[in-house]
Amino acid sequence: MEELDVEPAITNIPAASDGKHLGFAWGPGDILAYETLYMAPGAKGSGCSFIHEVRKDEDIYSPILRKLFNESHHIFVGLQTIREDLPSKNKKTQFVSISKNYRSVIRACMEELQQVAASVLVLQVSILLAIELIWNLCEVLFIDAAPAGPLLLHLLDWVRLHKGDVDEKAREVLQSESPAEHHDYWDVVVSYVLQGRFEEARQMLVKQATLQPAARNMYKLMDTLLSKMPFYNPGGTQTLTEFDVKWRHWHEEVDRCLQDNSFASNQHLEIICKILVGDEDTLLEHKELLSTWYHFLVTRLLFCHPTVKPTELHYYAQSCMTMFLDLRSVPEPLDSILLAAFEFDIHQVIKDCSIALNNWWFVAHLTDLLDHCKLLQSHNLHFGSNLREFLLLEYASGLFTHHSLWQLAVDYFDNCPEFGHVYLELQIERVPLDTERKALKVLRICEQRQMSEQVRSICKIMAMRALRNNRLGSALSWSIRAKDAAFATLISERFLQDYCARGTFSDLDLIDNLGPAMLLSDRLTFLVKYREFHKLYEENRFSEAAKLLLSLITAKIAPRSFWMTLLTDALPLLEQKECNVVVYLLLELGDMEKI
Amino acid sequence: MESVNAKYVSQKISKTRWRPVSHSSLQQPDIFATGSWDNEDNKISFWSIGNHGSSGMDEGFEGDPQLLCEHKHDGDVLDLQFLDQDRIVTTSSTGAVTIFRHHQNSQTISVSQRWPRVHRYPCDNAPCTGVVCSSPEIVTVGEDGKIIVFRADQEGVIRVIENADSSTIHAVTYLRTTEILTCILYLDDVLLPLHCVDRHPNQQHIVATGGQDGMLCVWDVRQGSTPFSLMEAHSAEMWEVHFHPTNPDHLFTCSEDGSLLHWETSTHSDMPSFLQGGRNNSMISRSAMAPAGGNQSLISTWLSGDSSKGRLETTHMLPSQTLSVNSLDVLGQCLVCGTDGEAIFVNRQVPV
Repeated sequence: MEELDVEPAITNIPAASDGKHLGFAWGPGDILAYETLYMAPGAKGSGCSFIHEVRKDEDIYSPILRKLFNESHHIFVGLQTIREDLPSKNKKTQFVSISKNYRSVIRACMEELQQVAASVLVLQVSILLAIELIWNLCEVLFIDAAPAGPLLLHLLDWVRLHKGDVDEKAREVLQSESPAEHHDYWDVVVSYVLQGRFEEARQMLVKQATLQPAARNMYKLMDTLLSKMPFYNPGGTQTLTEFDVKWRHWHEEVDRCLQDNSFASNQHLEIICKILVGDEDTLLEHKELLSTWYHFLVTRLLFCHPTVKPTELHYYAQSCMTMFLDLRSVPEPLDSILLAAFEFDIHQVIKDCSIALNNWWFVAHLTDLLDHCKLLQSHNLHFGSNLREFLLLEYASGLFTHHSLWQLAVDYFDNCPEFGHVYLELQIERVPLDTERKALKVLRICEQRQMSEQVRSICKIMAMRALRNNRLGSALSWSIRAKDAAFATLISERFLQDYCARGTFSDLDLIDNLGPAMLLSDRLTFLVKYREFHKLYEENRFSEAAKLLLSLITAKIAPRSFWMTLLTDALPLLEQKECNVVVYLLLELGDMEKI
Repeated sequence: MESVNAKYVSQKISKTRWRPVSHSSLQQPDIFATGSWDNEDNKISFWSIGNHGSSGMDEGFEGDPQLLCEHKHDGDVLDLQFLDQDRIVTTSSTGAVTIFRHHQNSQTISVSQRWPRVHRYPCDNAPCTGVVCSSPEIVTVGEDGKIIVFRADQEGVIRVIENADSSTIHAVTYLRTTEILTCILYLDDVLLPLHCVDRHPNQQHIVATGGQDGMLCVWDVRQGSTPFSLMEAHSAEMWEVHFHPTNPDHLFTCSEDGSLLHWETSTHSDMPSFLQGGRNNSMISRSAMAPAGGNQSLISTWLSGDSSKGRLETTHMLPSQTLSVNSLDVLGQCLVCGTDGEAIFVNRQVPV
């Protein structure tokens, strides 16, 4: 048994009184807890009739998050059908677009939650934000797997996407009467520079430049520096080395400006110049604008090492995190997950996410996608299946406990080659069957997967229910569907008893139209043929009726208990012209009696 | 250009119906109702797609359906029909039949009338599986095999036909004003339940049914107990079949296998003048019986089993495979359907 990674969380059951012993029982997704009468000596106590249900995963019951589960199920099913034989370049584009689909689903959910604006949902929104952040980083590093050069550009996009407040502040500043004098103005400009958004920064600076005509040359110089910063163009013909040379050139030029004190008279421009040259202390002075260590990391890379290679990332990440976070503050789970991602330790990322989140949704889908990208080595777990399958099984089992989302889980089980089938067999029988329509859907699922045991069992449940409510026709059709001969015999007996009791048949439509299904059981065949006898008699086709009656008896499928009735039925035939046949009949019967 | 978008609604949709538009106006329908199932708290909801007289919309623009109002519903919504512009009748898995009134001004819903437990077994409730109405008369059928007739304004039931069958009655439709057709079983080598039925809007003897095996059958009720034509439509149960109300050469079916098919017959042997995006199959219908003698031009193309007389085109209307499509409704040029994937699809440019 491995050691626990974290201390187990303690959940209080508020309704349970103090000092009582609680008994419990595990369910598929929850625990039932109840107070017991076991008492310490001397204690008084009375019984309590409550049972407490302790659920771990509240998310599947949230109406907005349900959309996440349904939409991602759709994407998941589509992902599984990507053909194996496509060239890897096409596959990579497809995987990236699937990853973006997943992320847009998360974002849509987040936006909806934010609109609802209830206080209890703030936590959910922040969890979704974190999830999308992690997923985006995984997409950049693992799925897109950009090499040095484009890597930094992707990381810049990543940071920009997750720092939305810059645009809000900018809008506020621009909408004010005199933007250049707004108290947030310089914050906005610096934030733009920190994110590498030089176009916007230059546009903002122009406004300040018009206000200070005396310092026009300084602003012009800054503008030139900002416009000349080289950005790597992945589609272009320039190689990485050429870009590096250009960039170093530019960097020296900025450094020269700094040494020349060109911006000494304007402290803001001086700060910007120091940022451009990549001065760490200046960057660290702007912690509030950066707000996160990974923003600091990307900014530092932008201005110090734009040609960073993927393998070098973790070194910078570690040092940036140390520099940015105070010694006092404890790293949050999100920080260690991101650090693990920068170290390209996929398994650690997945493991940390599994612990931090209360729902398997994220790790299951992400792992599945990474597995399709062939990024997970086969990692044998104690349970014998691989990591992807384990996570998908856990997720789907959680879904199965939901009264409605169980249908999604079926597709997930289908895509777990080793244990999916077994899990499905165990779970599908526990779906409550309130209406025939639901039973038909469950049956269809079982029949499509050749789960004949479950088909029989479900049909038997429905047939018993119908029988209890005296719906004999319904019961019969269920047992025919299950090809359950024993049950069909039972029901046919009931039909025949009914006939004996009332003198007429019920459910003639069904019996008349069974066709080859009547061969399911002997008793059923007898029932159908007996009914046919009655029909022939009513149509005055006496000779055929008599012959049928005779064959019924000679074929020995008539139950003994029914012979008296058959004889009684034969009597009227004596009055007809075919009495010789009937006499023979009676002799036959008499013969058999002797035996 | 695909003009179908999915709207995820956090409830499995069992039924969806357009609110009827008055025949005089050429307006497209703009409001539809949905019922959910398999939830702990089921609901009926009214949605709007905002089609109020806006004919000049861009080709690709599709607004999402907006939720107008919703109301709790006891039990699964097994069937839902509009009684008139403001009222819907729903049937429930608890055996109850309810009339809800939609107050357009305040966008609220209230229960107008309720008959609890009309369908029942001696010791249990029986789900009420189908309803059809022709205001003010309402007819329901259920798993208990009863057919019950109500009037919208009267408290009690008018008439109960007990033991109409010992099997479950799945669906019901009006044949003529005084006759109804119920839908249970059908035989073609194997005994198979039928789940849905719809009558041709103009030629009342023609009826289409869909069954457990996904076969689409077209019947002539005047003639015998074998279907006129059998077509392999779906690979799983067919849940609903609808003739287009004003253009009955078009038929729509939806199924457990997640597809929604649009069938079109044409009496010319040329190719149809359009091709919807998506998968497109030509199916030739197999007929079980030759058409009866008489004037050929009066016989509907649906009954002509001979491939030379008519051609049947089918088109998949949903962009990709989804979970079971439980319900669909079509009116004018608008089609709405609901799935077990908790999504509603609205198509405003159905080529009819």
